[in-house]
Amino acid sequence: MISLAGRDILHSWGKFVFTGVGLGLLIGVTLSMAGIYRGMVDDAKVMLDNTSADLWVVQQGTQGPYAESSSLYDDLYRSLLAMPGVEYAANVTYLIMQVGHGEQDVSTMVVGVTAGKPGTPGQPRNLVAGRHITRSHYEAVADITSGFQLGERIRIRRNLYTVVGLSKRTVSYNGDPMVFIPIKDAQEAQFLKDNDALVQQRRRNADNPAFNRAGIPDLLAVVNASQSANTYVNAVLVKLKPGTLPEDAAEPIRRWKRLQIYTRTQMESILMDKVIAKSARQIALFLVILSIVSAAIVAFIIYTLTLGKIREIAVLKLIGTKNRTIAGMIMQQSLALGVIGFVVGKITATFWVPIFPKYVLLEPLDSVAGFFAVLAICALASLVAIRMALKVDPAEAIGG
Amino acid sequence: MSGKGIHIEGLKKRYGEGDTAVDALKGVNMQVAPGEVVGLVGPSGSGKSTLLKCLGAVIDPTAGRMVLGDEVIFDNGWKVRDLRALRRDKIGFVFQAPYLIPFLDVTDNVALLPMLAGIPNGEARAKALELLTALDVQHRARAMPSQLSGGEQQRVAIARGLVNRPPVILADEPTAPLDSERAMAVIRILNDMARQFETAIIVVTHDEKIIPTFKRIYHIRDGVTHEEVGEGRGFE
Repeated sequence: MISLAGRDILHSWGKFVFTGVGLGLLIGVTLSMAGIYRGMVDDAKVMLDNTSADLWVVQQGTQGPYAESSSLYDDLYRSLLAMPGVEYAANVTYLIMQVGHGEQDVSTMVVGVTAGKPGTPGQPRNLVAGRHITRSHYEAVADITSGFQLGERIRIRRNLYTVVGLSKRTVSYNGDPMVFIPIKDAQEAQFLKDNDALVQQRRRNADNPAFNRAGIPDLLAVVNASQSANTYVNAVLVKLKPGTLPEDAAEPIRRWKRLQIYTRTQMESILMDKVIAKSARQIALFLVILSIVSAAIVAFIIYTLTLGKIREIAVLKLIGTKNRTIAGMIMQQSLALGVIGFVVGKITATFWVPIFPKYVLLEPLDSVAGFFAVLAICALASLVAIRMALKVDPAEAIGG
Repeated sequence: MSGKGIHIEGLKKRYGEGDTAVDALKGVNMQVAPGEVVGLVGPSGSGKSTLLKCLGAVIDPTAGRMVLGDEVIFDNGWKVRDLRALRRDKIGFVFQAPYLIPFLDVTDNVALLPMLAGIPNGEARAKALELLTALDVQHRARAMPSQLSGGEQQRVAIARGLVNRPPVILADEPTAPLDSERAMAVIRILNDMARQFETAIIVVTHDEKIIPTFKRIYHIRDGVTHEEVGEGRGFE
């Protein structure tokens, strides 16, 4: 038996190809949306990977440092180093900032890291040019997508930093490039006030009788000094000794230091469920809407194509064609449209993904799932046309 | 190959029920022998199309008897279970317009029926080509319907009606869209084919030009047929 669907497609290939291209662009958008979601998830995982940490120690009762703010004393890491199973512990701060780049600002996540020997958690991995931070001040390592060049001077708050290294795939959970600077500079950038604010603060302290006591002349100076120094960090990143289970090391810290500890799995769960969950739902809704629109378009096209063949279908039924053959012809055409659309969509998505400003990850398995979803949508969309075709009365082929 | 043409006795068709019931056929009697071409003429609303649809097994007659070849197909109810197979294997159709499948070439338009009946593609195409040769359109075998003239299309439609060698062919105003010369050519072909393949052919027509060509004519009026001997000119 010849393929009626195939012959019809070959006969009016232009109509099918152009319709398939239109559908393909829509499928390309759908695949890209899935890629954007995958990119967000990958960005979040890469951010965690880049810390090289096994445990995140944060302020008690918080879900910091990514989902909410957390504040710890910067000398806490010393006591953590003495805890069982801990190999390295390093302070870290995170700050979303606009970093001056020429006349423009670049949206970045500034990360304050502790300079240390190789393997210290928090240091950028995957250096593609230059070196790590070796000085305590005014050096920076930037992600390559920031557009900064080696040796370039960038402005963070009031200070200028020299870019000494470039790293790759060091981005925040929302895709912004990271800029690593020494922890002391980051603490200053994060917490210190500007000069006008300092003058205001000192005037207030001087006017406050609790701080400015005649009997204790040094108190005011001590209070002013304490308010001018920042001794806080957002978290301490802990790397465990080989063979130590994260939960085994976390429990004593939680119990004796009265701090909040998250393992890699828990931190990933916080990022997925709290930080990118709403964006993921938004994208999922887009995917659903795009799928419905694709289904409606396929259904409309197949319905219209079938409507134009009512007389032929009546003749086919009159001369003894089985309903299943006619239904098969319509469904095969719908599936063929889906295949054309998917191929076009996959190609277009592959070509336009690199120009997206954020990381878009097209997973092969997503494409496979997308392919079967397109086939399922096309099969469903053809049901309306099939129903209409099956209702065609063969008597319509006979006049009168 | 056919046996005894088609034999119809007291065929009735009623549409609707009660006060709104309409008797479209009130007891049609017809007999068409193998190799014979008869005309079925009548004014609009006389029941021609209803009769054709009953004979074509696309609507259910209310009462009566129909014998196709050697087989009783209707006797106050269908006697065959698969009406689609009946239409495919025992009844050929030729329509007012050719209604060829636009996306199949001439050969496959004709070969489609045997293919639907499960005959292998090669064999079905060979049968189609044989008929196309008999109808002198074999040179257009690979052409698409849109590339054919009206007369060629109608000859291909006739070939499609004949390809499964049905005992009866129902031709619904097959000459309506054609000029006199081509209309006569189609009638000549139908007569030739009827004789060659021992097929009973019923031609429903309004066409005054071709009515004199029939040896026997059934006039249908108010749902009743009246047989008349025609002039039978031209195709001996």
